Amino acid sequence: MEELGKRALTGDIRAVSRLIRNIEDQVPNTHEAIKHIFPFTGRAHVVGITGAPGAGKSTLTDQLICSIRAQNKTVGVMAVDPSSPFTGGALLGDRIRMLRHADDPGVFVRSLATRGAMGGLSKAVGDGIHVLDVMGKDVIIVETVGVGQQEVDIINHAHTVLVVLVPGMGDEVQAIKAGLMEVADIFIINKADREGARKLYKETLSMMDMGKFPSGWRPPIVMVESNMEPHTFAKSVDELYEKIQEHYAFLKDRNLLQERAQLKVQTEINDALRSAILEPVLNKLIESGEFDEMVQKLLKKETDPYTLADEVAAKYLVK
Amino acid sequence: MAKKIRILLAKPGLDGHDRGAKVLARCFRDAGFEVIYTGCHNTPEQIVNAAIQEDVDMVGLSCLSGAHTYLYPEVVKQLRDRGVTDIPVVGGGIIPDRDMQPLYDAGLKALFTPGATLDSIVDWINTNIAAKE
Ligand code: B12
Ligand SMILES: Nc1nc2c(ncn2[C@@H]2O[C@H](COP(=O)(O)OP(=O)(O)O)[C@@H](O)[C@H]2O)c(=O)[nH]1
Ligand SMILES: [Mg+2]
Repeated sequence: MEELGKRALTGDIRAVSRLIRNIEDQVPNTHEAIKHIFPFTGRAHVVGITGAPGAGKSTLTDQLICSIRAQNKTVGVMAVDPSSPFTGGALLGDRIRMLRHADDPGVFVRSLATRGAMGGLSKAVGDGIHVLDVMGKDVIIVETVGVGQQEVDIINHAHTVLVVLVPGMGDEVQAIKAGLMEVADIFIINKADREGARKLYKETLSMMDMGKFPSGWRPPIVMVESNMEPHTFAKSVDELYEKIQEHYAFLKDRNLLQERAQLKVQTEINDALRSAILEPVLNKLIESGEFDEMVQKLLKKETDPYTLADEVAAKYLVK
Repeated sequence: MAKKIRILLAKPGLDGHDRGAKVLARCFRDAGFEVIYTGCHNTPEQIVNAAIQEDVDMVGLSCLSGAHTYLYPEVVKQLRDRGVTDIPVVGGGIIPDRDMQPLYDAGLKALFTPGATLDSIVDWINTNIAAKE
């Protein structure tokens, strides 16, 4: 497994995609590969893109890749779509919008299913970013599922978060109030050809006028032209990329990059502890049948969850 | 561990008959597979690059226009040229009987024509394709 990590460091595409696959499948020992590459992480600029399904995130990502490639920088993309809660299967349709980059060796695109994770991402995203980072990608774009307002996990992983709004979705501005406001580093008003784009721009602008920006960064609002007008679309996405770079420069200049990195590191420690401590204990309980016994006891009200948890802790955790 | 079968479903060439492919994409999702659908007008190069980047367990090709005789073997060949021998290629669509054997000879693992039930396709995948280590 460490071998896979070594190969990923050299940019070996098959090793990279297999490593991401193993992270997703939670193949035992995959952590060995991550241990190997971890010291080399932290180079790439990670850009998150979130917003309602159908808002145009994948279409934008496709064009953004062009803007980034025009500056000779390489790009890694992780695009997340939902798994069916009923069958566990998933229809991953983001890549269809990015087909034109399939033959560009400077671009690596990976589709991921949520596999039950809440928060709009896949559990594999955190380590997946590390893999794309050490394979040498300069910019990493993470496209979230985009279902709801709770979907703010992206803030733990991205340096720059883009929130895509489209006209005609009614409660968009409500959603901003409800929390996306804190997440967004840049707002995008997309589908400018749709009625209400200017109105949405103005509404978002007046929302911003009421906001407070302790870091000193007031999220700009970028109008992106319709993708049906390729020339103006490309031009407005170039401008968007300039704003993205401005934000990254801002974070660097003010030493705020560290703050973002801290969010990711905290999430990582949480996840790693969970998989090192909680999961093995849970697995043991399930294998030994104790878990089922506990369920039955609780159903019969013979005990309570906290007493059970104390017992498990006393048995498995060495103080 | 939580292994899932991942499938790339693509339409190579200029054929625009995408109804079958879309039906299959949904059917695969409902069967519990993760399916990456890349739509129409894919070149063999794009399909091969996608298969590698997505690390799929199977490539499914759909073509109803008659171009399968060239496009299907070309995908298999380009995968091999890139050193990929562990991703089976499966095809479907309007494939006359006389084309079957040459396609199998070229390395196609299975072929399905109109009338093949979705159940039979899913069964074939569950029997012959395993999520990889
Ligand atoms: C519907 C249809 C259309 C629709 C397509 C709508 C769409 N978006 O898909 C429209 C009207 C647009 C159309 C147009 C044309 N069509 Co048309 N069309 C058909 C028709 C009647 C049905 C196709 C279909 O949707 N079947 C239902 C799906 C579910 O079945 P399927 O795709 O075959 O998939 C099944 C299997 O083949 C298999 N399968 C298929 N792919 C894969 C992939 C994998 C991985 C697996 C495991 C299995 C698998 O599994 C599926 C389930 O059984 C067929 C005739 C026929 N009976 O097949 C003609 C047919 C395909 N069309 C034909 C032609 C010629 C055309 C046109 C060129 C007509 C023209 N002169 O304008 C155009 C070209 C369009 C284009 N851009 O390419 C010919 C093709 C002749 C050939 N290959 O030699 C056919 C065979 C009709 C005929 N008998 O002449 N068509
Ligand atoms: N009218 C209009 N449609 C767009 C625009 N950008 C994207 N779309 C369409 O919106 C749909 C969803 O786009 P997609 O990028 O897949 O959205 P995602 O779900 O947010 O990734 C597609 O049919 C796009 O073609 C735009 O600027 N104007
Ligand atoms: Mg998308």
